[in-house]
Amino acid sequence: MTSARTATPTGVMSGADIVVQSLVNHGVEVVFAYPGGASMPLHQSLVRYADRIRTVLPRHEQGGGFAAQGYARSTGRPGVCMATSGPGATNLVTAIADAKMDSIPLIAITGQVPTKNIGTDAFQETPIVEVCRGITKHHYLVTNIHDLPRVMREAFYIATTGRPGPVLIDLPKDVQLDTAAVDWDVPMDLPGYDVESRKAAPEQIKQIAAAIKLSRRPVIYAGGGIISAGASEELRRFAHKTGIPVALTVMGLGAFPSDDPLCLDMLGMHGSVYANWAVRDCDLLLALGVRFDDRVTGKVEAFARHAKIVHIDIDPSELNKNKEAHIPVCSDVKYALTELNRIVEPKPEIEPWVRQCQEWKAQYPFRYDEQFDGILQQHAIAELSRLTADRKTIITVGVGQHQMWAAQFYKFRHPRRWLSSSGLGSMGFGLPAALGAQVAHPDALVVDIDGDGSFLMNIQELATCYCESLPVKVLLLNNQHLGMVVQWEDRFMQGVRAHTYLGPVHHAEARGQGRGPYVEERYPDFVTIAKGFGCGAASIRRKADLVPALEEMIRYQGPYVLDVEVPYQEHVLPMIPSGKTVDDMILE
Amino acid sequence: MRHVLSALVQNVPGVLAHIAGMLASRGYNIESLAVGETEHPNLSRMTFVVVGDDRVLEQVRKQLEKIVTVVRVDDISSQDYVERDLMLLKVHATARGTRSEIRELVEIFRGKIVDVGEEELMIEISGRESKLEAFIERMRPYGILELVRTGRIAMVRGRGLRRKDDAADSPPRYDGFARRGA
Repeated sequence: MTSARTATPTGVMSGADIVVQSLVNHGVEVVFAYPGGASMPLHQSLVRYADRIRTVLPRHEQGGGFAAQGYARSTGRPGVCMATSGPGATNLVTAIADAKMDSIPLIAITGQVPTKNIGTDAFQETPIVEVCRGITKHHYLVTNIHDLPRVMREAFYIATTGRPGPVLIDLPKDVQLDTAAVDWDVPMDLPGYDVESRKAAPEQIKQIAAAIKLSRRPVIYAGGGIISAGASEELRRFAHKTGIPVALTVMGLGAFPSDDPLCLDMLGMHGSVYANWAVRDCDLLLALGVRFDDRVTGKVEAFARHAKIVHIDIDPSELNKNKEAHIPVCSDVKYALTELNRIVEPKPEIEPWVRQCQEWKAQYPFRYDEQFDGILQQHAIAELSRLTADRKTIITVGVGQHQMWAAQFYKFRHPRRWLSSSGLGSMGFGLPAALGAQVAHPDALVVDIDGDGSFLMNIQELATCYCESLPVKVLLLNNQHLGMVVQWEDRFMQGVRAHTYLGPVHHAEARGQGRGPYVEERYPDFVTIAKGFGCGAASIRRKADLVPALEEMIRYQGPYVLDVEVPYQEHVLPMIPSGKTVDDMILE
Repeated sequence: MRHVLSALVQNVPGVLAHIAGMLASRGYNIESLAVGETEHPNLSRMTFVVVGDDRVLEQVRKQLEKIVTVVRVDDISSQDYVERDLMLLKVHATARGTRSEIRELVEIFRGKIVDVGEEELMIEISGRESKLEAFIERMRPYGILELVRTGRIAMVRGRGLRRKDDAADSPPRYDGFARRGA
């Protein structure tokens, strides 16, 4: 992936052709690119390369950035998005910041005004490198065509190695149009970037094994690093060999199969009772590819208070950042687990502890009111999970209640099937991420489980789905509110509705004076909108209609929106309020 | 606690902005920062004086090392090093008596008078921060008209840098098990 093939055209090429040829050399099969004045030469080149690289035209640059992420998250290969200068580039900013937070390999290429105009406040000029410095893993403003082959090579190498992340390449139009003879074997110039050697030392492996041996109540806390490292199999082997239960972060879902008896599901703010209690009571916390995010730890001093902490991460700056570890280890987690698996031994003595965790799991499962006369969000997700259990299904989500319920009620058994904007929490992520995943996996069922707020933020991507023949499904859990904020209003702000109702402002619901579990008059008409985009669509409210409607959605040949009317009083539980501890967990 | 960090960085556009932005956005308290080219044309040296406890220092160092254009970072505070500030100071001096008094003080502090005006003298002086502070105090009674200082620069004595912890090239050595009691 990162090694450029050398059997490519030599001789004189334009800057734009060098970029596109370089994408081909790095195994890129699709770019999500929205053109404009300063990126036209790149698009002209993409047309010349149309037989080797697919160009998907999103309907908004942010959609393109999220689509590239959907591609990257579902494949592990770098996603590529492209935009013009100025507003095109700034529209990518959220997707770039999102990729940084979740460690997603993303190459963002932006057009820039010609070098002679840089700094003159020219039309559609933005200093996008300045804007993005703090939210990229690395960034380039290329002012000399001779630097291009090296920059492209470095960009792919940096985006995909170590802790993955976004790399921005800003390319002035005159550099795209300039021509030069190309040396594809130009060496990289990265004296400050050495990630290949990040492997746990043998004595560290022995220390971890010794800590495991001494422990009586160990728990694994595994996250997105397991998935980035491709270490799911090693994690499964490690858990099975030692018998240690596994709690997962929202980024780690799918890294360990949810139907495994050792799986404690998600931990943290909306995590399971059993995962959070296990972490509360454990004497050894094995933190693997995680970063002790505040949504996981709550009050960080109280998190895993009685435990010895082993923290393995490839990014040394994560060690001792939020929580001090007793054994901090900077390592590729796949390497560390492989080495550990050689020497760890079965631990029959922890059987009472594991039994305790499993009793908690049986006693306090994720639950909802199954008697409710209508469709609850949790029920819709659980049914979708059941109906799609034996087919390759990729789930994407927006941000909010529906996202947490999807994390709780959809059963993930494989890595890279759950795509969620977890660190940045970008609403509008679901639909574009789904179309990016569908491009990468034409054979898979790709379902965007979305809320009406998030869906509306990038609804224009229905046009991309239709025009590019991407049969993405949207399961729209439509409660007409910003549900998660409503939940916080209900819990912590005496139920005062502060701009969290998404219908007309004169409606009673806008003032928090709605009656009954549903809104009186729904807005907008998502079925008509979806049909206007050429998608299939239906709307349901009755419980009996759910399964047939889901089946119809799954069967449908093209993109499809299933609008499910759901109540807005439902809260995501359990919940550990922000900054509080596991003992403050709200169950009802 | 005060720490002196010495960072070797690639001499490319934007590297100072990147580092300054990172330090600001993470809320680190930088007392002084000096940048200049080194004997190697592709590399620059940055010297930071950072205030914070060991944990803050560890994070500053790691966050600096995470920046791709930063080649290496050393906390040289624990080593035997020489540090210098450079200062230019303009002081009011008209009367003949005052001028000779100031000249004497400049000599004691091993500074240099680099410009003589009708009513003022410009003095160049370098050394450790405490020496510069002392000199400023001596000059105050005469009337300081203007003062400019560089940031701190520092260099380890002898053959050069020893690294406590080679985090950039190999995993940090395990050091925490005893800290909180095994």
